[in-house]
Amino acid sequence: MISIQGKGVSTGVAIGPLYYYQRAKSTIRRYEVEDVETEWQRFKAAQEKAIAQLGELAEKARAEAGDEAALLFETHQMMAEDMEYEEAIQAAVQENRLNAEAAVMDAAAQFSEMFAAMDDPYFQARAADVKDVSNRIIAALTGVAQGGIDSPVPVILAADDLAPSETVQLDKSKILGFVTEGGSGSSHTAILARTMGIPAIIGVGDQLKPEYEGREVIIDGSTGNVVIDADEDAKAYLVKKMEDQRKQREMLEKLKGLPNETKDGQTIKVFCNIGSPDDVAAVLGNDAGGVGLFRSEFLYLNCDDYPTEDYQFEAYKKVLSDMGGREVVIRTLDIGADKQIGYFNMPHEENPALGNRALRICLNRPEIFHTQLRALYRASAFGRLGIMFPMVTSVWEVKEARKMCEQVKAELTKEGIPFSEDVEIGIMIETPAAVLMSDRLAKVVDFFSCGTNDLTQYTLACDRQNADLGRFYNPHHPAVLRALKMVCDNAHKNGVWVGICGELGADLALTETFLSIGIDELSVSPRAVLPLRQKIRETDVSQVREKVLADLLSDENTI
Amino acid sequence: MKSFEYTITDPVGIHARPAGVLVKEIKKYASAVTVKKGDKAVNALKLMALMGMGIKQGDTVTVEIEGADEDTAAAAIEAFFKANL
Repeated sequence: MISIQGKGVSTGVAIGPLYYYQRAKSTIRRYEVEDVETEWQRFKAAQEKAIAQLGELAEKARAEAGDEAALLFETHQMMAEDMEYEEAIQAAVQENRLNAEAAVMDAAAQFSEMFAAMDDPYFQARAADVKDVSNRIIAALTGVAQGGIDSPVPVILAADDLAPSETVQLDKSKILGFVTEGGSGSSHTAILARTMGIPAIIGVGDQLKPEYEGREVIIDGSTGNVVIDADEDAKAYLVKKMEDQRKQREMLEKLKGLPNETKDGQTIKVFCNIGSPDDVAAVLGNDAGGVGLFRSEFLYLNCDDYPTEDYQFEAYKKVLSDMGGREVVIRTLDIGADKQIGYFNMPHEENPALGNRALRICLNRPEIFHTQLRALYRASAFGRLGIMFPMVTSVWEVKEARKMCEQVKAELTKEGIPFSEDVEIGIMIETPAAVLMSDRLAKVVDFFSCGTNDLTQYTLACDRQNADLGRFYNPHHPAVLRALKMVCDNAHKNGVWVGICGELGADLALTETFLSIGIDELSVSPRAVLPLRQKIRETDVSQVREKVLADLLSDENTI
Repeated sequence: MKSFEYTITDPVGIHARPAGVLVKEIKKYASAVTVKKGDKAVNALKLMALMGMGIKQGDTVTVEIEGADEDTAAAAIEAFFKANL
């Protein structure tokens, strides 16, 4: 038995084989084949495997989300068996004696170039589909799932750390938990794990060795313990813990349908943070009242080029209609800093956290922002939309962004395209400037949502990605809590509602504080909804308010 | 040989889904089916080539059906165009 200690960043216990994340290979070998017939059969087998995988994915999507969801995989299936595509590969293998991997890669280039050269954005976007299908066939040929998980059973995924573009592409149904060498509690792997409701342990360093691949591992996200080949006692203990958690879940199930109301009758909205339309199922499954933060970045991370208006529109529309009239707050593009995208061609910055990011990029490059706003307003006709701008420091930024919203609405009116007149406009409060200016900012928005991860980072001047700064990065710091109170007071004076969409919202140690200072909405990962509801229903605000407010001002609490 | 003309009404044109279903439909028949737009023509069994024509809303295409079962095939394929494109 080998026991390793890391830092648990998402709770739960999971057991399964350890699997190392395979980075996509950048080069595919080209060589001449001797036996062209065997090579051709090798291609046919890989093609068949890819088509079967796509069929399974289509069925899974259909069962979970209906016919429309299955469409993407069915289209890929049809491309994989397309006659002309197959003929191109056959000619390369049988006539030019090229190995199958290289032949598929060439066909992918040929057809994706054809689509990319078309003048219609819909067809241009199909270039990515051809590449995706071809990568799947190449993966079947090489036996390596490119950036994927090639295992018949779900696994505990090990990696150095995962980039946002990597996490969005993972087959989530194959992952029981995460173990990473580096990372921090606010890293993307940690956030993903909490959204999925599975355990994650970070910062195990080089204790985790590649030779452990395939061996049975148990991870406990509440203690940060990783056990490989557990002995009987350890295994029995952890399996019991897993069972207890399952029972706890069942108890929480009983809270579904009940209001988020304190003993003394104060209510608070509990919404969810999501990263893709697929997460809506978890939002509804946990009985959340809406979506408080839909990160739109995935649309950009999933593409090789700027996503088109139609592509974005479809994704927003899906979330809004799936949420069936419940409020959905979509945050406009929030990249830069730790989230970089190649095709944006952003110049290198010495200090990206303080650099050209989020709303700043949108205002500096209005054509990108314009596309997103058009897609958002078009989607607004299909549900109850809130639009939220990230990384605000000044009133003029909000005014300029709102002006673009008005321009988009005027365009749509002129074009006869329907949109909702009741779209709420809000901003993230994540900079000290926004906190200090919240009295003025409240006059130009409908709501505030406090992004406590960045608010803590900027208020405490402490990099949240730096594992060495752990004890300095304290989201409970009174400076952060006082900032939240100040924002709340200024918002309520102006009839503006306030939410928290950072990790802190789910921190049960602060629920009493949030209720006492009058936060209106908490947006948390789907799994945190019911535990939070339980905590709210156990709280009597009239009993704790005075003490909480006194603590915020107390000298003893300056840490 | 049978043929008919059709003007596309679908806002996205001959996009992936109807093209894919069309290929499936055509496979039911022995006849060869050609889709022509202007001076370009493709075998309608070739999905990506068909998509590559970039046929848009408002474009008029000529569809030719030739083979032993061309009568039944032509009727079915024309009905398909009207219903889906």
